[in-house]
Amino acid sequence: MKETPNLTYIDNLADGDEAFRQKFIGILKEEFPAEKNEYLTAMESSLFRGASELVHKIKHKLNVLGIQNAYTLAVQHENELRNGEHSLKQEFLSVLETVEQYLKTI
Amino acid sequence: MNCIIVDDEAAARAIVSQLCSKAPELNVMEEFDSAIEAIKFLNEYKVDLIFLDIHMPGFTGIDFIQTLKNPPKIVMTTSDTEFAIASYEYEAIVDYLVKPITQERFDKCVQKVLKGKSSGSKTSSGFPTDQENASGEDLYINIDRRLIKLKYTEILLIEAKGDYINIKTQSKDYLVHTTLKKILDKLPDDKFLQIHRSFVINFNKIIDIEDNSVLIEKSVVPISRSNRPELMRRLNLL
Repeated sequence: MKETPNLTYIDNLADGDEAFRQKFIGILKEEFPAEKNEYLTAMESSLFRGASELVHKIKHKLNVLGIQNAYTLAVQHENELRNGEHSLKQEFLSVLETVEQYLKTI
Repeated sequence: MNCIIVDDEAAARAIVSQLCSKAPELNVMEEFDSAIEAIKFLNEYKVDLIFLDIHMPGFTGIDFIQTLKNPPKIVMTTSDTEFAIASYEYEAIVDYLVKPITQERFDKCVQKVLKGKSSGSKTSSGFPTDQENASGEDLYINIDRRLIKLKYTEILLIEAKGDYINIKTQSKDYLVHTTLKKILDKLPDDKFLQIHRSFVINFNKIIDIEDNSVLIEKSVVPISRSNRPELMRRLNLL
């Protein structure tokens, strides 16, 4: 079953603090697309080590958005990139698209 | 308890900051997206606790710890549990939080840190260790090869002056070759407080507080923006 990003973790952390909630969503909306673009650029240039660093940053956001399977995929992708491999690229790109679309809705 | 947050990701810093905001014992002085900037800050301010990300590009959390001579307590934050074993090799590391950090786990961490603080030891500073705090109420300072005893209750404030500090007491001033950070390590946290990069005050000697300054006897001492929250937290406000 496909996972859906959600703000459950952030809502629990905010505990009614709307200012924090909005601030955090703002950070996600700003950082995620930038990190995604940097990842794509690094992959196009076959800079796999650099790409793995970006996946490392992105995976934390996947965790925060409650998509555990996507997080696990990101961990595997980060590790393979460190070894110069990229078999999970397409699958990871699909996750990035899902998250990007979700962020446009919140 | 003054703390700083070091993490290259803004989202991660925001989460730790939010968690800290719910712990009245913690005062977040600053947040840093690089370890280098944090080191500069630590050279000027007394910090009790660092929330430190291990995995940062270029200069990792472990590199950061290795550069600190007398590190404060450190709580590592990371999503890589594989770093946990390496991090526990350092005495300063008191806990290890795996992202995403839950409120419950964070609360346990704070309790652990506070428990350690109450029974913890002070770091060395160049003051004579065998005489220091002999009665728990005084401090020895080295001036012209003489060890002079100062009671905590005599000290009004301490000002940084280049490579020296000026200890102002009710009767006279003492110029000592050391840093504010080192003397702060020797003074009791409940009596003394850093309120500016260049000033530590005896909390019990405050006469009044205006917007950005404190009056200690006849001295007006500035309060910095980052130190103000801790000062206000310590006041018994009506």
